[in-house]
Amino acid sequence: MHPVINVTNLSKHFKDLIAVDSLSFTVNEGDVYGFLGQNGAGKSTTIRMLLSLVKPTQGKIEMFGMDLFTHQKEILKQTGAIIEKSDVYKYLTAFENIQLFSKVSGAGKLSKSQLLDQLAIVGLQDRAFSKVKTFSQGMKQRLGIAIALTHDPKLILLDEPTNGLDPQGIADVRNLILQLSKEHNKTVLVSSHLLSEIQLIANRFLIINKGKKLVEGNASQLFDPAETLVELETLDNENAMIKLQQSVWSSKLQARREKTIVLKMNKTEIPAFHQSIVHMEIPVMSFRPKHSLEDYFLQLTTINDDVATIAN
Amino acid sequence: MKKSIIIIAACVLYQLTASAQDANALIKRVKAKLDKVNDYVAEGSMKTDVVFIKAPAGKIKVYYKRPDKFKIKRDRGISILPKGGISFNNSSLLSTSNFTAILAGESIIDGTKVKLVKMLPGDENSDVVLTTLFIDEANLLIRKTNTTTRENGTFEMEMKYGKYAEFGLPDKVIFAFNTKNYKIPKGVTMEFDTDEPAKTMKNKKGKVEINYSSYTINKGVANSEFN
Amino acid sequence: MWQLLQIELFKIFKRPRTYISFGAVAALVGIIQLGLKLDGNMYIEFMLRDLSASFNIEGNILNGYLVCYIILQLLLVHVPLLITLIAADLISGEANMGTLRLLLTKPISRTEIILAKFFAAGVYTFMLLIFMAVLALFLSMAIFGTDDMLNLKSGYVVQLKSTDVFWRYVCAFCFAALAMLTVASLGFFLSIFADNSIGPIVATMSIIVVFTILSTLDIPIFNAIKPFLFTTQMIGWKGFFDVKVNDDNQAIIGSIQNPDRVLKAAGILVFYIVGLLVASIVVFKKKDILS
Repeated sequence: MHPVINVTNLSKHFKDLIAVDSLSFTVNEGDVYGFLGQNGAGKSTTIRMLLSLVKPTQGKIEMFGMDLFTHQKEILKQTGAIIEKSDVYKYLTAFENIQLFSKVSGAGKLSKSQLLDQLAIVGLQDRAFSKVKTFSQGMKQRLGIAIALTHDPKLILLDEPTNGLDPQGIADVRNLILQLSKEHNKTVLVSSHLLSEIQLIANRFLIINKGKKLVEGNASQLFDPAETLVELETLDNENAMIKLQQSVWSSKLQARREKTIVLKMNKTEIPAFHQSIVHMEIPVMSFRPKHSLEDYFLQLTTINDDVATIAN
Repeated sequence: MKKSIIIIAACVLYQLTASAQDANALIKRVKAKLDKVNDYVAEGSMKTDVVFIKAPAGKIKVYYKRPDKFKIKRDRGISILPKGGISFNNSSLLSTSNFTAILAGESIIDGTKVKLVKMLPGDENSDVVLTTLFIDEANLLIRKTNTTTRENGTFEMEMKYGKYAEFGLPDKVIFAFNTKNYKIPKGVTMEFDTDEPAKTMKNKKGKVEINYSSYTINKGVANSEFN
Repeated sequence: MWQLLQIELFKIFKRPRTYISFGAVAALVGIIQLGLKLDGNMYIEFMLRDLSASFNIEGNILNGYLVCYIILQLLLVHVPLLITLIAADLISGEANMGTLRLLLTKPISRTEIILAKFFAAGVYTFMLLIFMAVLALFLSMAIFGTDDMLNLKSGYVVQLKSTDVFWRYVCAFCFAALAMLTVASLGFFLSIFADNSIGPIVATMSIIVVFTILSTLDIPIFNAIKPFLFTTQMIGWKGFFDVKVNDDNQAIIGSIQNPDRVLKAAGILVFYIVGLLVASIVVFKKKDILS
């Protein structure tokens, strides 16, 4: 598999703020690559750097085997993008918008029917000649996607594409991404804060926090049964913590929260652990093994702080 | 010796008593010559030399009809003529008989002997206070005039004769006059530049020069030309 | 590049805002023409007050050429505000709409975008001036007729033969285009720095107003910097309406009193335009697009 995006040691500083900090990752051909992080984690800045909207402070970006700084045009010709909400010219019609952007996208001259076909893909054929200012957010987003696809790019970068969409809109975008990946063999990099959505479509993930990479890998790696998190809520967490630290499970302790204690263990160990805490007479309020990406993500992005707490 | 003294004395006496009569007679003769022209249309060119006017030399047409109709028209375009345009022609000057003329000596203009005649208008309210004519008696031509007015200052007219001398019409007229100051505030004209030195132009002499190339005499001129 | 320019023009002329300027110019020109048609003789009497004291002036003084001059004199000070409305919005407006980032993800260099937008602003400026020329010159010629033009300057009067006026207007409009392009460049440059169009529009207008006041004030301390203010040079078009005279003080037809000064003024404006354009490219190329 060829890497479509290869980012090495990428950093971006805005004055005192370090938005992206020595980030490295690889997106391979055919991937639907989920790019995760909290708001302000540096996702948008990273995607903007991939589109050369923002100049990196340091680091290297290679796309399609070419350096972005020297082959910007060639790379952008093979790339389509939506950054946050799709904004187009509101005083123009959908058709005028797609026509205008197709002319500068390097697609060559597209006929009227070809452009209308593009609008049909996103279900806007009936509104092609309405001014965009009459469109709902979902329709604008679909138009944005149509515009991103006019020149048949190999790589599609989507920054929070489901922002501001209703559940139907979200489902539509999700299906479209899957369709692009499966049927048209596109490589897609998609960032979102709706992690459950990403979990449904992405085959590989990158999770960043405060500009730094936390973890990168495919779904099976991230959901390694050996890495299952267990969240425990007790009547007396302090006491329970002491008991756990003195038990065989002390090495599994991950974090101590205000209301919960988090442990990491192999999925197969969970029944034994369950028995053990009953045995230790810890008054358990709730006991939750965590499997979803969202849980994993939340754990990850807060755990770093907590590890320090436990060590103390 | 005695004889000659008597003759001189007699001459002086004659001069003094005859001065007014002579002047009137001279003017009558000049007028008679000018009256041969009933009307004319003349073509020529005009140059304006006034310190605060930049105007191109232009072709003009001049219309005249006895006794005092006179008009200068610029051949297309705007004409800027000094006030008191009456002085541009001699006939108008002599068109009334209500004046007192006095001989006031002789002078020489361009090598021609001329007689000076001072004319005082009889009308108390006339704008003209005094006109001095410099008359070439031999040819009955007015070579120069000098007019003082109440309202329009003093102006001077010099005439050169040529082809049309027999009608008393000049080939060239140089009209010199006093101008008042010209100034429009820069705020009104919206000029920003300050590097031009402010010129002081009070009472500068202005000059208009007309060169006549041809006259069409006594062929009739419609009254409408003078409106 | 040609395609980009077409796209930019398409966008400009699809916006209702664009036509405000055309409407404003039409209204202002119309108002001045109406005023002069109804009461122009009063104005002429006032302007000719000093001249009439010594001269009889005859002819169609208030003709189309003079009316056009009066219109340009009054309007060209204000047209920059209309130009600003479009020019200062070119980048900032797109940043505000969010379309700038979409445009920049297309395979076009930023220099190309700046040049296309700048030329589009130029075309808009020219079109506004041509529109103005048609109304102010040709319509005035039709309404007021033609004759020699009396340029009543502060210190003297220039009489221009009617056959010697038209080319001066052609030159004057070209010069005015240069002046307006300077304003467009300034507005354009400032529009790079903002994510909404209000800021650059107000900033550009403020600079024009302040510079114009400095240009108009006759205070020695400001006179030193005056030549370097583009607002001082913007009225350089008037230079085309003054003629040289010969030794006889006769106006020389087809001449210009101070061709050097007109050229210098044009030079300073070109310097501004090129400077601002280059600065725009440099700044825009370095800019992180965060809108």
